Amino acid sequence: MQNGQGARKHTIAVLVENKFGVLSRVAGLFSARGYNIESLSVGETLDPTVSRMTLVVRGDEFVIEQVVKQLHKLVDVIKVIDLTKENHVERELVLMRVNAEPQHRTEILRTADIFRAKVVDVTPTTFTLEVTGDESKLDAIIELLRPVGIQELVRTGKVAIARGSKTARRRPEERLGKGPDAERRRRELTNQLDEQSRDPRVVGFAD
Amino acid sequence: MKLSGARIVLESLKREGVDVVFGLPGGAVLPIYDALYDFPGPLRHVLVRQEAAAGHAAEGYARVSGKVGVCMVTSGPAATNLVTALQDAYMDSMPIVAFTGQVPTHLIGNDAFQEADNVGITRPCTKHNFLVKDPKDIAPTIKEAFYIASTGRPGPVHVDLPKDILIKQADFDYPETVHLRSYNPTYEGHPGQIRKAAKAIMRARRAVLYVGGGVIASDAAAELMELAQLTRIPVTTTVMAMGAFPSDHPLSMGMLGMHGGYAPNMAVYNSDLLIAVGARFDDRVTGKVEFFAPQAEIIHIDIDPSSISKNIKVHIPIVGDARRVLAKLKGFLLEEGAGDPPAATREARDSWLRQVLQWQTKHPFRYDWDDELIKPQYVIEEVSNLTRGEAIIVTGVGQHQMWAAQHYRFRHPRHWLTSGGLGTMGYGLPAAMGAQVGRPDRLVVLIDGDGSFVMNSQELATIVENQLPIKTVIINNGGHGMVRQWQDVIYGGRFCSIDLSASPDFVKLAEAYGAVGIRAIKPNEVVPALEKAFATPGPVVVDVMVDKDEYCFPMVPAGGANKDMLLEKPNKEVKAKAAKSQTGF
Ligand SMILES: Cc1ncc(C[n+]2csc(CCOP(=O)(O)OP(=O)(O)O)c2C)c(N)n1
Repeated sequence: MQNGQGARKHTIAVLVENKFGVLSRVAGLFSARGYNIESLSVGETLDPTVSRMTLVVRGDEFVIEQVVKQLHKLVDVIKVIDLTKENHVERELVLMRVNAEPQHRTEILRTADIFRAKVVDVTPTTFTLEVTGDESKLDAIIELLRPVGIQELVRTGKVAIARGSKTARRRPEERLGKGPDAERRRRELTNQLDEQSRDPRVVGFAD
Repeated sequence: MKLSGARIVLESLKREGVDVVFGLPGGAVLPIYDALYDFPGPLRHVLVRQEAAAGHAAEGYARVSGKVGVCMVTSGPAATNLVTALQDAYMDSMPIVAFTGQVPTHLIGNDAFQEADNVGITRPCTKHNFLVKDPKDIAPTIKEAFYIASTGRPGPVHVDLPKDILIKQADFDYPETVHLRSYNPTYEGHPGQIRKAAKAIMRARRAVLYVGGGVIASDAAAELMELAQLTRIPVTTTVMAMGAFPSDHPLSMGMLGMHGGYAPNMAVYNSDLLIAVGARFDDRVTGKVEFFAPQAEIIHIDIDPSSISKNIKVHIPIVGDARRVLAKLKGFLLEEGAGDPPAATREARDSWLRQVLQWQTKHPFRYDWDDELIKPQYVIEEVSNLTRGEAIIVTGVGQHQMWAAQHYRFRHPRHWLTSGGLGTMGYGLPAAMGAQVGRPDRLVVLIDGDGSFVMNSQELATIVENQLPIKTVIINNGGHGMVRQWQDVIYGGRFCSIDLSASPDFVKLAEAYGAVGIRAIKPNEVVPALEKAFATPGPVVVDVMVDKDEYCFPMVPAGGANKDMLLEKPNKEVKAKAAKSQTGF
C-alpha cells in the first residue's frame, strides 16, 4: 500500500456470496496490487448464503477508493462499506497465555478485571486470558502484561459494525439537530460521554 | 430428461447460440469430445494446434462478430497453455468463455496426472471463473458464464469441468434467466452527470474526444460520429479503438499515445476538456500522467466504475454503457443549444480545429521512400489502398503493429484486432483464424512480424485444414524490431538477443503446410505480391523483406511525457540522455 500522505487505516466491511474461492478472490485482489491487508476476518451472516468480511487496510483516500471499487468489481461481492466513514463499533478478540508465578497472580487478575478480560484456563504456572475490545484497549493490556511474560498470543483481527440503524448512521452530536433545546441536549450528552470515559472499566470507550 | 454432463455442456452451448468452438481434446475433456461425435449440430469444432491459439481464436471471433467466443481444452498443461490468451482477453475486455477439463473430483488436489489448479491459476486473469462439482450445476453455470462474459465490461470467463461430472447424469433444464444479486452492471448513465458533461462541453473551447475499445464493445460508433459532428470536436482513438471513427474523417486525428500522432498528443496536452469514452487511461496512452491533459476538465464515460479515476483524476465521471450515454448526451446538448453555439464559441472552436489541422499537416505519420529497400510503412499503405480500408486487419506485436495502426486507413469498427493491453506476440495468426471463422464473407489480412509470427505459426495447419483464406503479410525485418529500436534509442545501441536471421524460409514454410507462399524483396515487388495474394483463393503468406533499420516514430520513451515525443531517429546526444535517464521498459 502507498505510504503517501493521508494514508490511514480503513475498516471495510464486505458482504460476499458464501461460496468456495471467494476468500482467495478477495485476498488475491490485494496481493495482485501489492497491497497489504492488515487484518481480515470472515464469518457467516444471518443469511447463511452470505458471508461478511471485515478488512483493515491502510491507504490514502485515492488508494482506498480503488480498493473499494475493485472489491465491488468481483462478481461474488454483494456490498462494500467503508465503515471508517460511518459511526461504527470495532472489536477484536485476543487469547493469551501468560506466566503466572505466585508473586504475580493477584496483579494479573487485577489487570484482567480492569480490562474485563476473562480467565479461561488456569494452571499452577499460567493463566489464559480472553479479552475483547478495540485495538487500543488490546494493545494496552498486552503492554501491561508483557513484563510478566506472555507465552503465546493470538488476535482474531477486527470485526466491525455500524452503530444504530441505517438512518442513524451519524455521530450522536449531529443527531441532536438544531431545535430549541438542542444546546441543552448537547451538554447532557457531553457530560454523559465524559462520565463514561472516566469509568476505569471502560478503557476502550473511544470507538 | 437425464443426460450426461458432457451432453449437457453441448446442449447448453446450443441454447447459447454457439456455432463454433475452438479447441483441442485430451483425457479430461474426452467425454465432451465423445458426445460431440454424433451431436446433432450445428456446432463446429475447429481443432487448433496449441491451446493458446484456441483462446486467441475465440477472442478474434468475439471481436468481429460481437458474440461470445468459445474455446475448450483439456486439463493441466492445456489449461496452463490457455492462460496467456485469458489474460489477453481480460486486458482487452474480450467476451470469451473458456472450458477446461479437470481431473475427477475425488482426485482434485492429489497431484493427479495432468492436474493443475485451474481455477487458482486463472482467477486473476478472468472476469470470473467456476469449478463445477455437480452435473446438475453445469447448465446454470454455463448460463451465468455467458451472461457474465458478455454483459457490463465484457471479459473472459473460465469454467473448469472435472471428468467425473461430465460422465455422471443429471436432469437437463436450461435456465431462462440469470439472477446474480452481486453483479449488476450499470448501463444508463446518471442523467445529472450527463447534463453536467453537456454543460462542460458547451463551455469548452479546446475539447478532445479520447475514444477507447469500449466504444467498439458497446457498438457506439454511430453515436460517437453524431456527437463529434454535432460538437465538431476532434477525435483521437486508442490502439483498441481503431475503426471506431473513420480515419479519413476531417475530425479524425488517429491514434494517440506512445506511438501516436503528433496532433492528438499535442491536442490532448493543450485541451481544456477531455471527453474519454470507453477508454481506460492506459500508461501507453497517457505517458507521464502529470503531463497528460494538464489543463483539462475530464469527463470519463465508462461501464467499469473501477476504471474511473484509476490513473488520472476525473472531474465528471459517468458510469454507463457508451452507446446509451452518448445518445443521451447528444439529446442534452441539443437542449442546451449545441447545434447553434454563440459566435464567440464557434470562433474559438474553429481556431482550435485550425490548430489541430496545422499540427497534423506539420507532423503527419511519414517515412522516407527508398528505391532499394522496402519501407514497412509503404507495405501497410499498399495493403490499405488495395483493400480500400474494408479488410479485417489483425496484427502481432511490435513495430509492424504500430505501423499498421498508424498507416492503415480504418473505416469500420470490428475490423481491427490487436493485442492492445497485454501486447501478446503470437496473437495474430490464431486471432485471424477466429476472425475469418466469424466473418467468412470478409477479407482477413494478418500483418505480422517475423518474431510474432513464429510464436504461433503452427496454426497454419489449422488454417489450411479449414481452408480459411487469410492473407498473412509478414513484415520481415529479420529480428525483434521493436526491441531493437528500444535498445538503440534508450540503451545506447547495445543490441542484445534480437537477431532472428535464423528464421525459416516463410515461403517454404507456407508451402510445407499446404498454403501459398510469395516473397517480395524490392519495393516494386510489393504491390504485385499483394495483388497476387488477394487474388489467390485460400490461405497465402507474403514474406516482405523490409528495411531493418526503419524505426517506428513518433515515439515517447516509456515514462516520458507525450508532448516530448521523438519525431525521428534521435541523434547521439538525445540517445545518451535517454540512456542516462534509464526510463527503461
Ligand atoms: C509473448 C511476448 N514475448 C515478448 C514480448 C516483448 N516484445 C515486444 S515487441 C517484440 C519484438 C517483436 O518482433 P516482431 O514480431 O518481429 O515485430 P517487429 O517489432 O519486428 O515488427 C518483443 C520481443 C512480447 N510483447 N510478447
